[in-house]
Amino acid sequence: MIQVTQLSKSYNGTTVLKIDNLEIKKGESFGLVGNNGAGKTTFFSLLLDLIQPSTGYIKNNTFQVDKTEEWKPLTAAFLDETFLIGYLTPEEYFYFIGDLRGQNKADVDALLVKHTEFFNGEILNSKKYIRDFSKGNQKKVGIIATLIGNPEVIILDEPFANLDPTTQFRLKKIIKDLASDPNVTILVSSHDLQHTVEVSDRIVALHKGEVVKDIQTSTETLAELETFFAV
Amino acid sequence: MFKKFLYLEWKAFVRSASFGTNLALKIILGIVAFMYAIIFLFAGVVLFYGLKDANLDPLLEVNKYLIYYLIFDLLFRLFLQKIPVLNIRPLLTLPIKKATIVNFSLGKTMLSFFNLVHAFFFVPFSIVLLVEGYNPLNVILWHVAIMSLIYVNNFLNILLNNKDSLFVIFMVIFGALGVLHYYDYFNITDYTVGFFQGLITTNYLFLIPVILIITLYVITFNFFKKNLHLDTGLSSKHDIAKTEQFTWLDQFGNIGTFLKNDIRLIKRNKRSKTTIFMSVLFLFYGLLFFSGGIESYDNPMMKMFAGVFVSGGFLFTFGQFVPSWDSAYYPLMMTQNISYKGYLNAKWWLIVIATGVSTLLAAPYLYFGLETYLIIIAGAIFNIGVNSHLVLLGGAYVKTPVDLNSSKGAFGDKKAFNLKTMLISLPKMLLPMLIYIAGYKFISPNAGLILVALIGLIGFAFRNKVFSMIEKIYKAEKYSTIASYKQKS
Repeated sequence: MIQVTQLSKSYNGTTVLKIDNLEIKKGESFGLVGNNGAGKTTFFSLLLDLIQPSTGYIKNNTFQVDKTEEWKPLTAAFLDETFLIGYLTPEEYFYFIGDLRGQNKADVDALLVKHTEFFNGEILNSKKYIRDFSKGNQKKVGIIATLIGNPEVIILDEPFANLDPTTQFRLKKIIKDLASDPNVTILVSSHDLQHTVEVSDRIVALHKGEVVKDIQTSTETLAELETFFAV
Repeated sequence: MFKKFLYLEWKAFVRSASFGTNLALKIILGIVAFMYAIIFLFAGVVLFYGLKDANLDPLLEVNKYLIYYLIFDLLFRLFLQKIPVLNIRPLLTLPIKKATIVNFSLGKTMLSFFNLVHAFFFVPFSIVLLVEGYNPLNVILWHVAIMSLIYVNNFLNILLNNKDSLFVIFMVIFGALGVLHYYDYFNITDYTVGFFQGLITTNYLFLIPVILIITLYVITFNFFKKNLHLDTGLSSKHDIAKTEQFTWLDQFGNIGTFLKNDIRLIKRNKRSKTTIFMSVLFLFYGLLFFSGGIESYDNPMMKMFAGVFVSGGFLFTFGQFVPSWDSAYYPLMMTQNISYKGYLNAKWWLIVIATGVSTLLAAPYLYFGLETYLIIIAGAIFNIGVNSHLVLLGGAYVKTPVDLNSSKGAFGDKKAFNLKTMLISLPKMLLPMLIYIAGYKFISPNAGLILVALIGLIGFAFRNKVFSMIEKIYKAEKYSTIASYKQKS
């Protein structure tokens, strides 16, 4: 589904990301871990064509992301609050994304009903604009919006950060459900090793912009990662 | 402690986004500020002798209109002067006495541009009064009283806390007083001139403003000290949100999708609301030209200039910042499968609708004759056909993020001016003026109007071509646009 070839990104001569070859298969649940500055967000930004690669390229479902826009209809992402429109209510935001992704109001409503539990009664009909929500609740809105229109690739940057424990459990369930769908490829980055291990079948660790671990999740994975990061 | 505060202020000043631009811009800004200072200085001196030449008592005239001056100053502050409460937050948990924090914050507002600018006028004026042999003590008392009144405005603005509705109320009062005065129904200056005149003729009346300012300072101080908590004085207002679907716009397809958002954008954000305010202001701008009150404006070329401006307020203030209005969520837009054409079309329609409405609202200009209104209509057609394209084209090169929640910089952001935008902006005004004057001089006044309108209609035909051009610019500039929108000011 996603093919990374000879990819690198440098700013003023400092290389912040360098991945020679990485393939993410269709239906895979892919976890990206690493310390601050390891290049996780840079990688996702390159994948979404928000920044330009210094060398190499990424192909998303055979479409090279910096050459065509054909990958956009099948990809959904939530990286940070710049993916939210602050002056809208959550409902308006969901319908707007729905409009852009060819979903009518009923489709969006059905999805929202499915995730009522995740919203925990704090999102819908709240008489608040998204800009006035807490960070955690904003994140809930952004995460659910990525599910609108059944995208084939879902990219979530640090989805667990700022969420309360209950919501973290619920999010894990949502991601696991998505991962069990063979048509959905899901990419999640996190600082939290345990969460990532729980929801991903494959984990890649980045360190200073390079891939240092690439493992299929097993019972030993968490211990292996913990030893690696405990320095 | 104050020394540390000043250190923070200095850092905030030199590291602010607007200051961090290139050296050339800093120099230009410096020159502009200097020029304004000089103009004000001269105004203080020239006004005195100008009034004297007109056989009026300068001091009496100034005292007469001071009431308008003060109301207008308050209006100006309500609209533009911000209260620096946000920078207080990090100080709250540090071991600093609350009184110190409040005193410093209030002291900071006293040094703001909004207060200092008046000194440029009143200091030279007072000096002239002294030179002209007025009693030094009385001049000084008068000066102290006026400065106190200016600072009364400063603290009133803080207490009123930028309430938008108050702004409208004061505006109405100001307008009503002006109109009543002009038509000789009620002249407020008759009632106030005595007081202001008393400030200089007596040795005790000045105490009233001085006592007023001291009281207000104490009230403001206590108010802030009591409310120095995150959920009271330092809280930011949360609006009660209502989901608005505008389902009737669904019939317009993807244009409707964007149009809905643009309407919400304008309705719900301070900064974008000012574009509406500006369009109303621009409506009145034409009065300067069409009423024939100012001699140098009373010629066909300047009238065409005004004709373009009267209906173009929204066009200029809104269009200039497309796509910057969407800067806060530009990464979202760039990862969604949006149609650029639909996006641009929605903005274009908004501009067209606003121009149309402004033209209708300008109908009272018929008072100055049909000819005048026809100039405005020709200008509107030109705005829709040509200027709307130029302004969107120019906007594509503006990479200044727009902070939707502040009304600061409503009168055009200085950073938004770059060479490309300037070059694209010039024809917006010059072109219709030149076309009109060519037709006016060589054929007839009406031919000039028809030519302007005709060029507007021809420009309309190029719409799709211009849109695909803008789309190409958006795509070519994508990465640098995303990067510059990230740098919050």
